[in-house]
Order: sequence, then structure tokens, then C-alpha cells
Amino acid sequence: MKDFDSTPVQKSERITRLVRHLFEKMPEIEPVRAELITESYRSTEGLPETTRKALAFDHILKNLPIIIRPEELIVGSTTIAPRGCQTYPEFSYEWLEAEFDTVEHRSADPFYISEDTKARLKAVNPYWKGKTTSELARAYMAPETLRAMDHNVFTPGNYYYNGVGHVNVHYDRVIKEGLSGIIAQTKEALDALTFCDPEYATKRRFLEAVIISCSAVIHYAKRYSRLAKEEAEKEKDAKRKAELLKISEVCDHVPLHPARNFWEACQAFWFVQQTIQIESSGHSISPGRFDQYMYPYYASDLKAGTMTREEAQELIDCVWVKLNDLNKVRDAVSAEGFAGYSLFQNLIVGGQTPEGEDATNDLSFMCLDATKHVFLPQPSISIRVWNGSAQELLIRAAEVTRTGIGFPAYYNDEIIIPSMENRGIPLSDARNYSIIGCVEPHVPGKEDGWHDAAFFNMVRPLEMVFYNGYDQGEEASIHTGNVENFTSYEEFKAAYKKQMEYNIALLVNANNAIDRAHAERSPLPFESALIDDCIGKGKPLQSGGAVYNFTGPQGFGIANVADSLYTVKKLVFEEKRFTLGELKRAMEMNFGKGFDEITARETAAQVAREMKRQGKVATEDIISGTIRQVLTMELPPEEKNRMEEIWQMIDDLPKYGNDIDEVDEIAREAAHFYTKPLPNYKNPRGGIFQAGLYPVSANVPLGAQTGATPDGRLAHMPVADGVSPTNGKDLHGPTASCNSVARLDHGDASNGTLFNMKIHPTAMSGEKGLADFVSLVRGFFDQKGMHMQFNVVDKETLLDAQAHPERYQGLVVRVAGYSALFTTLSKSLQDDIIRRTAQGQYR
Amino acid sequence: MIDNSYLNVKGRIFDIQRYSIHDGIGIRTIVFLKGCVLRCRWCCNPESQSYEIETMMVNGRPRTYGQDVTVREVMETVRRDMPYYNRSDGGLTLSGGESLLQIKFAEALLRAGKDLGVNTALESMGYADFSDIRRILPFLDTYLMDIKHMDPIKHKEWCGKENTLMTENAKKIAASRQTKLVIRVPVIPGFNDTEQEILDIARFADSLPGVEEIDLLPYHNFGEGKYAGLGRPYPMGDAKRPTDDFMQALKSQVEGKTDLYCQIGG
Repeated sequence: MKDFDSTPVQKSERITRLVRHLFEKMPEIEPVRAELITESYRSTEGLPETTRKALAFDHILKNLPIIIRPEELIVGSTTIAPRGCQTYPEFSYEWLEAEFDTVEHRSADPFYISEDTKARLKAVNPYWKGKTTSELARAYMAPETLRAMDHNVFTPGNYYYNGVGHVNVHYDRVIKEGLSGIIAQTKEALDALTFCDPEYATKRRFLEAVIISCSAVIHYAKRYSRLAKEEAEKEKDAKRKAELLKISEVCDHVPLHPARNFWEACQAFWFVQQTIQIESSGHSISPGRFDQYMYPYYASDLKAGTMTREEAQELIDCVWVKLNDLNKVRDAVSAEGFAGYSLFQNLIVGGQTPEGEDATNDLSFMCLDATKHVFLPQPSISIRVWNGSAQELLIRAAEVTRTGIGFPAYYNDEIIIPSMENRGIPLSDARNYSIIGCVEPHVPGKEDGWHDAAFFNMVRPLEMVFYNGYDQGEEASIHTGNVENFTSYEEFKAAYKKQMEYNIALLVNANNAIDRAHAERSPLPFESALIDDCIGKGKPLQSGGAVYNFTGPQGFGIANVADSLYTVKKLVFEEKRFTLGELKRAMEMNFGKGFDEITARETAAQVAREMKRQGKVATEDIISGTIRQVLTMELPPEEKNRMEEIWQMIDDLPKYGNDIDEVDEIAREAAHFYTKPLPNYKNPRGGIFQAGLYPVSANVPLGAQTGATPDGRLAHMPVADGVSPTNGKDLHGPTASCNSVARLDHGDASNGTLFNMKIHPTAMSGEKGLADFVSLVRGFFDQKGMHMQFNVVDKETLLDAQAHPERYQGLVVRVAGYSALFTTLSKSLQDDIIRRTAQGQYR
Repeated sequence: MIDNSYLNVKGRIFDIQRYSIHDGIGIRTIVFLKGCVLRCRWCCNPESQSYEIETMMVNGRPRTYGQDVTVREVMETVRRDMPYYNRSDGGLTLSGGESLLQIKFAEALLRAGKDLGVNTALESMGYADFSDIRRILPFLDTYLMDIKHMDPIKHKEWCGKENTLMTENAKKIAASRQTKLVIRVPVIPGFNDTEQEILDIARFADSLPGVEEIDLLPYHNFGEGKYAGLGRPYPMGDAKRPTDDFMQALKSQVEGKTDLYCQIGG
């Protein structure tokens, strides 16, 4: 039974021009928001934090310059420059000042910043000294936690330096009830508040802040309505004049009132999406199930004959363009980790209704087509797949995948829904899940999931086993004994488990410290107004106002850990080909394959520290001398040969990703070392921790901080991403890698798993290619895999793009939980993508 | 009790390739049986030709080709992709070499495929006594039969044997109606790359009862490196792959002059 119209609609020429305008110049940093929030905060000192936030939000929205870009239908821009960004000094600012002179020329996500902007930011930033969330968070952390962070076991950088974001708010409520409806509900809550309520003080201030914030957004929309009217008066072109008058009418009505048609619904959606990001610097503010909550407006306009499918498609395409107009500057290290100017605004189509029926409708197709039309990295479009999915929708999705844009990502209802239920979410809410950011399942409008809370490098605790808790000559973790004395694989494994458990506890400590800091310094009343049940509880989201609360830090490097454990099990203890001592020495010496500059510098730093401890001074000469020595160090030939032999034995050993039960079982166990302890811990918002297994693109920079590992991975090379096999080590084709990955316990990683597969265009050609591709996804999902995403480009194309970036400005690749322009990625990340095995390239 | 002894039948293979989507319906696993009767000059799997176990250099390292395995062992690998066969109506394909040279093994493998409930296919030239071919037909869904040329002399010159036995077998297989017969034609520069020669094959295929499809496979030189790895000269020299336009022209000729559906590539 088919009750949808999947006929594709042509892309309008307007969209081509909107996209061109957006990409005419390099993104720019603008200073106005930072100035406005500082101005407001200076005048509200002494007031409660929630009130101050709301007043500052109001001040920003009243004074932030506004602009309608040429030919736009959906309006609302955070910066005057296209794809520009504002700054958020209340979270952190020092890194940006330190990077003022490099941010324009860095390899990952450069931003233009004018001298004027630098001066203006320098004038306001000092106000925030001692007042930021990151400073408070640091003050709340245990010394051991700071030590583990210094040694790069994990990094909670995301929320440490920025707003949290990572929510899917009730767009549907704003569209359906208007902000006036939300204000009315808030007023009722205020009226019901009794004087003797023990939390009267905080509740009242919070509810008032909600009203101030909602009114600020209404006012902001009215500014656009006036601007559109003014421009209409000056406009000579009759068609554009009519459009501007229409825009003026739309912005006058929404988001204050309920939307009356599809255009108003799109505009109301957009004002919410834009202003939440002005309120805080969070990313991954995810539109979620756009095809579901927009459908009633689409259907009624079509039925009434007031809108054509062509007009609807153009409006959707306009929203897609706007999603690329938002931007964010991150510190240089994070920029590597999130490379590609991505805001991870995840939008998902298909799947099931809360009642468990197939949710496919016209808009599911039109959303996929919009991605084809604009061909840009935002939104991060995803598709839910279940046993009852319309095959036609999956084929359309495969067509989008085949373009090589890296979208959509595929998600499996059949494992995600039970995994959410296992965390206490009722069936109907679980069936309504959307995806946040990269891969994180989420209940729309009801959850504060703190997804993406930290990157945990599962390989570092393995190094700690070999070096007995020491790192670069310093004590960095607990002592699990001299590895050379271990007499069995079980003993080795137990030591790894201990190192993991210890560092996971510190990770929890870090996240909870940051969580508290956000509750105290960054309550966000507007965002809170759009998540149940903040108004009912009278609490901001940051203090546990949501119905469901989680903290979801992600681990990565499973393939390296699994392959390393297998090396120890097989070659050290079963076959006794070499000892743990020999392996340790080989790792220290990078398997005799020479040292790069990072190692040399680390060694020099170690020497300097040792000298300092002995009361000596490490001079410039000694340091540079050490670096030279390490770089040119030659091992005795006998030792070098032995290390080469060891490396070869390891390289010949079967690896995770080849559908070999013995290895894959170890991988499953390795993942459990991370996923099992987390749900035992609580966060300050009344929820629990849950594990994700995905890296964004942090496997590259964090791999650079990791020495050689027992799986034969050389020092500073990327760590394996997500649950994917090590790049280039899966040799038996897509089905074999899928089977290995499906062997992991995805249901236990309820904060999401990420499986990257690069597929060659020839493997998807023709109708049969599409159908077989869908079968591959379905076959993986039948085995309870959770997520799958694809890069469809050939290696030659990527190499050529690396050599001639100017010819490939528009080349979009799938990085991790998102797609990005290939040429904007750093060289090391580009190399990593090239190394991902091109599957299906057989004939 | 069910007789599973056929699972113990042994044979010699040189590769198993999973996720093959270019041979037959759906997602398939191809088992390559070692040994061939022909020596086609353009053969892209020269390591398949000799029944003997041999060593070929791959990326500078020696690799052994040829492994004696039981049907049970092969099926251990084949059944791992069940979820994908189920979703795509795919299954098991035997290729070679000429699988019919190991008839007992081929029969047992196909039987095991049917026991698993998957689609079965065979890529073969049909070079065997029909009494042997008849044994496998009950377990075979699709017979992908190569017919390279209609002229026995030219066939012998380029492939080492005349084609008479094969064309006779094609007629018998078609007449049996026990399997879906698809005719496949490699289009080889200097051998059969004229409209007339291709049409001759197509007309023959069209005359076979039940045959509806003919596949034209353009020559490629991907196998060239393997000849070097085996220390043998590459017989095709620098012959060029037929152009897409030429292949399209052949396709329209075939579809215009026969009732067959013609596909480029398999």
C-alpha cells in the first residue's frame, strides 16, 4: 500500500543563486553578539543568573544587526556576512584571543577576522575573566581528572569550552501553538506557583526568564517583518516586491501565533533553529523529524490548492540553504576534531510513528531531494530504517548516497528502539526517536541527552597497562603492575579492564563538573521553554528540567584495542612468538620504523622534566640536541630486524573487520569494557551515563597523541574511527566488515555507534546497484547493526582533490557523523579518509 | 537420517569472493574452482587455468593459489552472508576455471547452496559430457554460459579448443528447461569485436528455447598484472577496451535483430 507521492520536483534556479551567494567568500567572525552580551551583563550584576541570561538574550535580539539576503524566502541571519559567526565569551574566550592571528590561515575551518573585530573583542573579553563556565568547571574537577586530561586519555572539550546544544526541541509546539501558547502555559505555571513552594525563588525567576526570552524571539521576528516591508517599498521588481511583502506578513504572524500554512511553518521552524543558537554556542541543535511535524501544513496547503509541490520543495530547499548560513568558530584543536564547519544539525526522515506504523510521507522524499538540490553539508540528513520501511524511500536514499555527498546516514529502528527502552524510555517515545548531531538517538522535545559529552580514547588505557600507569615519565594513571611479569592473557586483560574503569570514573568526574558549571552559569531559558518538562518543573534544562536526562560520552578505538588484545592473546601467550617485554620495547621504539618529530619533542620534554626533577636546568641546546638525537637514532641492526619481524608477525595476524569469530568476539568484549561501567554512574541532572561508540573526527588528532600500539599501529597515526575496522585492514569486502561490526553489542551503546564505509561508485551503478546497496544495509541491520554511513568516491578522485583543491571546492565527503567539504579538511584528516578501504572495487 | 556425506566432498578452489554484485541476481558469493580446459588469450584469471597449486607474486609477496577444501568448509564462508542473500535474492555462484572439471565437487556445492535455500548460479563454458552437466541441473537456478565465437576454427585458435561440444551442450541445457540459461559473450578486440560475429552468437542464443538474455562483457586488461606475477607474458599486448559507444552499438544491433534482452556487463 502506497499512500505517498514520491515524484521528484525540479530544483528552482533561485536555489542555485542562494547557494552561490552563501559561498562567495570565506566565513567571517563578527563581534556584535559578544559586545551586546557583555553590555547586558555589566548592567545586570547581582541579579539571578536565569534573569541575567534572559535579559542578555533580549538585549542581543533587539540590537543584533539584521539582514535579508538577496532572493531569500525564509529569513533570519545571525551575521551580516554569509556563513559568518558570532562569539560566545561567556563560555570561554582565551583560546580565540590566542588564535587571533592564526585562525584565518589554519588548515581546518579557517575564519576571516578583521583587525577591528579583534580590537572590539579584546575590549569586551576581559570582563569574562573568572566568570566563564570553563573556569568554574575546572575548579570543580578532581586533580586526578585534570591529570588524565593532561595525558590525553579523554577530552571533554566540547562542553568545557562551549554551550551544550545537542537537543531536538519542540519545533512542533512553536509551529502549532505559537510562542504565545508557550507564554500562556508559562503564565499558568506562574499563577499556580504557591508562596510556600520550597523552590519558589528559582522557579519564579526561571518562569519569568522563559517569558522574557520567548518575547525576545517574537520581537526579533517583528524586526524582520518591518525590514521586509521597508525593502518591499524600495523594491522595483514586482515579483520580488510581492515576495518581500509576503515575508513581512509571515514574520509578523510567526512565531508569535500558530502557523497557518506551510510557508509560515517553515519560517517559524527557522526562527527557533536560529535563535537557540544565538542563545548559546551549542552545536548539534537538531531539527529531527522534519518530515513528520511539517507534514500537516504541507498536506492541508496542497489539499486547499494554496500551494503547489514545486513551491513546497522550494521552501524546503530554502530552509536547507539557511541551515548552512549558521556557523561556529572553534579552537584549533576542536576544529580538527569537528572539521568541516559542521554544526551537525541532524534531520531525519522515515521510520515509524509513535504507534509503530511506517512514517514515510511525501516530505520524506522531498527532504532527501532537497539535499540533492542544495548539495551542502547541512542539514546532516539521516534516514530511519525498519522492517516496514517503504523500499522506494530506501532506494531514493541510496540515490542520494550514490552522489557521493555522504548522506544520508542510515539508522536501524530495530535496535535503537529496544536500546532506548532498556534505558527506561517508554515504547511510544522510543518509536518517536530522532538523531542528534552525529549518531545519537534522542527523544524529541523531552530529552537533555548531553550527547557527545567527551571523547574517550580507549587505546590510551592500553598504553597505561604497558607503562604501568606512567606516561612520558610522569605518573598518569593507577599502577597495574609490571607488564613483563604478566603470565597469562587473562592477567593482561584484567589490567586493561582496571585501567579502563579507573579512567572512566575520571571521565564521569570531568563531565559532572562541567554539568554543574553549566547549571550555575549557563541556564538557557529559551531552549528550556521548548523541552518538556522544564516549565512544569520550573527548572532550566541545565538543572534537570527535561523528562529524560543522560550524559553520553563516546569511546573510540575499538578496532585497535581488539586487534591489540588479539596480538597479546595469540602471539604472546598462545604461540609464544615474542614476550610482552619485547612487545613493549618494540612499541617504545615504534617497531624500529623511525621516529617522527612529535616523538622527538615528547622525548625532549621528558628529558627536560627529568633534569628539572634533579634540580638541573634544561637549556635550549640540550632540548634541540635531544630532538636531533632521537630523529637520527639508529638501533643496532639485530634489534631493528627483530622489531621488524615482530611487526610483520602482527601485521600477518587476522584483524577485526574480516568476519573472523575469534577476533570479533574480542572486539565485542573490548567495547563492553567501555559501555558496561558507564550506566552505573549518575549525572547531576538526575540521569545516568550511557556510552556512545563514535569519534566525530577526533580519531585523527587524538591518534596523534597516542604512541605505537600492539596491533602494529605506528605512533601518532589515527586511531580507528567509531566501530569501524582499522582503515585498510578489512580485506574481505563489505559484508565481512558489516558482520564483524554487527558482532558488537550495539544495543548497549545506547548513545549511538558509528560505522563508516567507503564505497566505490561502481558498486552502486544502475538500478541493481541501488537495490544491492539497500540489501547490504538491510542485511547489516537484520543482524542488529545500529548505524551505517558511506563515502562514495574513488581514491583517485580524492588524491586529485588533495593535489588540486581549487578544482574540487564542492567535493563533499562523509567525515564521521557528518559530511564536509573535502578541501576544507586538514591534510591528516584527508589522508585518513583516503585510507578508508574502498569497498566493492573488484571488477 | 539425512545423508550429509556430500558435505565431505573435496575440491580445489583458488578464491572465494564475497559481496559480488555483478554476476547474477542480488548479492552473491563466488567460489572460484581451479583448473580449466581452455586457454583463452584474454583470460583475466590466469591463475585459474592450471589445476596445479601455484605461486603468484602479489604486491611483491608470493601468494599460493589453489587450496583443497571440503564443501563443508566452503559453506562455512558462504553461509556468513545469508542476511544479504535473503534481502537481495542473491546466493552462491560457482566460477573458475571450468567448474565442470570437478563435477562431483561442483554438484555437491550447488546442492549445499540449495539446502541453504539460496539462489545458485554457475559461470561455465559447458565443456563436459552432457551426462555430467545433467547431474548439476537440479541444483542450479541460473546457468551463465560463455559463448565466445561461432566459428570452431577461430575458437580453437584463440581458446585452444573447438567450440562444438559447448554449443551442442547449450542446446541440450536449454532443452532440459531445468535452469535459466543466460548467454554471455566476452567482446575481445581482434577476436570477435565485429557486429557480424556478435550477431552470429546472438542469433544462436536466440534459437535456444527459453533463452531471453544475452550479456556482452567488454574486454578489460585488469588481469595483466597477474601474468607478470606468474612470470608469463601477457598474450593480449596492449589491446584496448572496447569503447562505450561501440558496446552500445552492439547492444542495439542485438536487440534490433533478435528477441533477446541484451545487457552490457554481467
